[in-house]
Amino acid sequence: MEDWGDVMFAYIMRRLLMLIPVLLGMTLITFSIVHLIPGNPAQVILGETASAQAIADLEENMGLTEPYFVQYGIYLTDLLQGDLGTSLRSKSAISSEIWPYIAATFELTVFAMLFAIFIGVNAGIISAWKQNTWFDYLAMLIALIGVSMPVFWLALMEQWVFAQELGWLPAYGRQESRDPIAAITHFYVLDSLIHLDFDRTVTILKHLVLPSIALGTIPMAIIARMTRSSMLEVMKSDYIRTVRAKGSGQFLIIYKHALKNAMIPVLTVIGLQAGVLLGGAILTETIFSWPGIGRYVYEAISYRDYPVIQSGILVIAFIFVMINLIVDILYKKIDPRIKY
Amino acid sequence: MKSKRLFLFTLLFAFLLVLAACTGDGGADTDATTEDGEADAAEKAEANDGEDNEAAAGDQVLVFARGGDSESLDPGSTTDGESSRVTKQVLEGLLDFDKDSFELIPGLAHDWEVSEDGLTYTFHLEEGVTFHDGTDFNAEAVKINFERWADPEHEYAFTDDGYVYSMYGTMFGGYKGDDGHVIEAINVIDDHQIEFVLNQPLGFFLQNLGMSYFGITSPTALEEYGSEINENPVGTGPFEFVSWNKDDSIILDKFDGYRKDGLPKLDRVIFEVIPDNAARLIALRAGEIDIMDGLNPDDAAGIEAEAGLELLTRAENNFGYVGFNAQKAPVESKEVRQAISYAIDNQAIADALYAGYATSAKNPLPPGYLGYNDEVEGYPYDPEKAKDLLAEAGYDSGLEIELMMSPTARPYMPDPETVAQIVQSNLADVGIDVTITSHEWAPYLEQTIKGDHQMFILGWSGTNGDPDYFLSSLLHGSNVGSSNRTFYQNDEVDELLDGAKRAVDQAERAELYMQAQELISEDAPMVTLVHSTPVMAISERVLNYVPHPSTSESLEEVELAE
Repeated sequence: MEDWGDVMFAYIMRRLLMLIPVLLGMTLITFSIVHLIPGNPAQVILGETASAQAIADLEENMGLTEPYFVQYGIYLTDLLQGDLGTSLRSKSAISSEIWPYIAATFELTVFAMLFAIFIGVNAGIISAWKQNTWFDYLAMLIALIGVSMPVFWLALMEQWVFAQELGWLPAYGRQESRDPIAAITHFYVLDSLIHLDFDRTVTILKHLVLPSIALGTIPMAIIARMTRSSMLEVMKSDYIRTVRAKGSGQFLIIYKHALKNAMIPVLTVIGLQAGVLLGGAILTETIFSWPGIGRYVYEAISYRDYPVIQSGILVIAFIFVMINLIVDILYKKIDPRIKY
Repeated sequence: MKSKRLFLFTLLFAFLLVLAACTGDGGADTDATTEDGEADAAEKAEANDGEDNEAAAGDQVLVFARGGDSESLDPGSTTDGESSRVTKQVLEGLLDFDKDSFELIPGLAHDWEVSEDGLTYTFHLEEGVTFHDGTDFNAEAVKINFERWADPEHEYAFTDDGYVYSMYGTMFGGYKGDDGHVIEAINVIDDHQIEFVLNQPLGFFLQNLGMSYFGITSPTALEEYGSEINENPVGTGPFEFVSWNKDDSIILDKFDGYRKDGLPKLDRVIFEVIPDNAARLIALRAGEIDIMDGLNPDDAAGIEAEAGLELLTRAENNFGYVGFNAQKAPVESKEVRQAISYAIDNQAIADALYAGYATSAKNPLPPGYLGYNDEVEGYPYDPEKAKDLLAEAGYDSGLEIELMMSPTARPYMPDPETVAQIVQSNLADVGIDVTITSHEWAPYLEQTIKGDHQMFILGWSGTNGDPDYFLSSLLHGSNVGSSNRTFYQNDEVDELLDGAKRAVDQAERAELYMQAQELISEDAPMVTLVHSTPVMAISERVLNYVPHPSTSESLEEVELAE
């Protein structure tokens, strides 16, 4: 048998190389779409009160008068040199602007996924274990509601109950606005720990609670349902019968023997959901005023800020592909029978 | 297996080499960007340090929440109200507007004189004023700022970085070398006297100078920050810039060396972005913010009754309208336009959509403006008269019209979709079959410039408080294909507007504008719907806050009750 490390290395290399055509394709697609949608950025930036001359001047300055393929060429050359371009609207370099947005989305996604995975997986397991009991029915009903509930509604309800009526948790933002943190990594939880300012860590965590729940509810419900059905499947398999015949306790059977095999499809779902959330949850980010990547790109779309849309989507695509890669590697780790 | 691994590794290495080669081509460029990036990071770190030191400055910290982030903190290079709202605190212009109107008051110039012919303006500047970075404020600084806006070749114009000073171009008739550009020369007489020489009189020249878009930036800062001045504003205003987290918050701190003694009263102002109106209101109720802009008119009634909150309105400075394309059948006919004007029920729209925070409009100019003509009768709701006029025009068997609209909410119109529907039903009553087409904001603005439209819904907001900005921009024949989307051309009106623009005597100007409004009303190139009064909510703790009609007000006198 081949050495595991060797196989993995070759595999990761192959996947990384495959990334190049994927990302190149992404740039071509986003570039084309962005330039095909009607609407001129100069017009939007200057608004309804702009004169034709002002619009023409701005267009010229922004380099939008060049033919499309020339613009694409310039964009690609810059990109290969690690230059993500300059925002048409803010006139700032995207590479220096984008990091706080990514960090904000990443932090929120991590906490939303922690919530979704912890609750979802456990609820799924217990439901499968206690199949057709009141717990199973209740958990699956909650999961059904969770999947179907509009995020913005849940978010507004959370704000109304926990921020306005009870006053337990803050209504918006990443931190106490009157007392901002001196950001280092822009992961505020991490930053506050670096500053050894644990009171601040607590306030930042408090700010994470409501948006994480709003964002994590749908993935939680999907994970719970997937875990349950996958567990039920595995519980019927031969080797579980064997383990049971050997006299193992139910808890051990489930958490040690069954869970590992049941996790493969669950992991797929988790990977996909994490990718989706990292792409920016526009609704959650908007309602909780979370300055994440979703809002960055969304604002850019309404302003026709071509470079930001292109580079933003490219970064999101890159993150998505990387998460998929990590999930695929984890498959192999969990189930060595999987071959690539 | 080893060979395969080696092969892949080589391939990746080859790819890296290609990358390196690409970089080699634009070597100089790349270096420059890297340096910029580093400088940027260093500045950011500095800003953060400053934040640390000054965090404990005092407890008068005001949080102002709004729906969108600023576009740029260099006021001259933007037309964005969310930007000027912030820069108003940091930079000052030569003149200023009174707290709640467009009445001119002194700014950085304490006195000024106009020559008889209206061509020479002399300003006497405040002495002993310094910018936040310690640079002395003087006539030379004023000159540099104006030249930077006027001349795309100027060393601080940053034209290559995408800077365009469109507000300057609009207000002063173009840029250096353009035919309509009115500023001929700027002469520094001495350190604290400066003279503007115009090549033709401009009736609203002084009015322009009160706009927050023409705030004066420190020349040292222009030199130091270069094209990053949009993220590092340095002025003479009551607050100095501390930091900006995009789409999140902008922090300003009290400037201890402010020229007015005892001001500002706040230690720190934080502008927060909370995009969702409902969420912003919840944050206000929870005490997390002190002032919220952009309240839904429907929520206003509730605020009035609520303990701890206060409801404020801004003076009306806009109007929403249904425009016609005066060069396209069937609305090229004056009778048809008048008929439609009679058929639309303005008051119903004001009541239904603005919860009473709007007045029905009869002129394309907000009341209270110079030369507002209250004698104009306009078109009171009268469907019978509309039918008669349609019959006169030969359309007694009815007609079909397309109404274009964009659902994007604007200050003058929170819900254009419903306005379109009300118009549709009003016109159905008089036998006009209206088809509504909905467009996205960006393409909508372009299409209505091109003139393929018959009818459309839009509006206009004032910035310098002068009638010219409304009447000429919207209805002067020379602005067809630009800001005149009605394609209305009436030589008599153009002549009156030109006369008013060139006159220096304000009473004379008022008279000309009044005459123009008569003619415009008769021709009915647009149905003026409503003037809206934007509502906002503040916490009771906030004292001395006066909303300005321009949407940008100085917070220097604002304080928080204990």
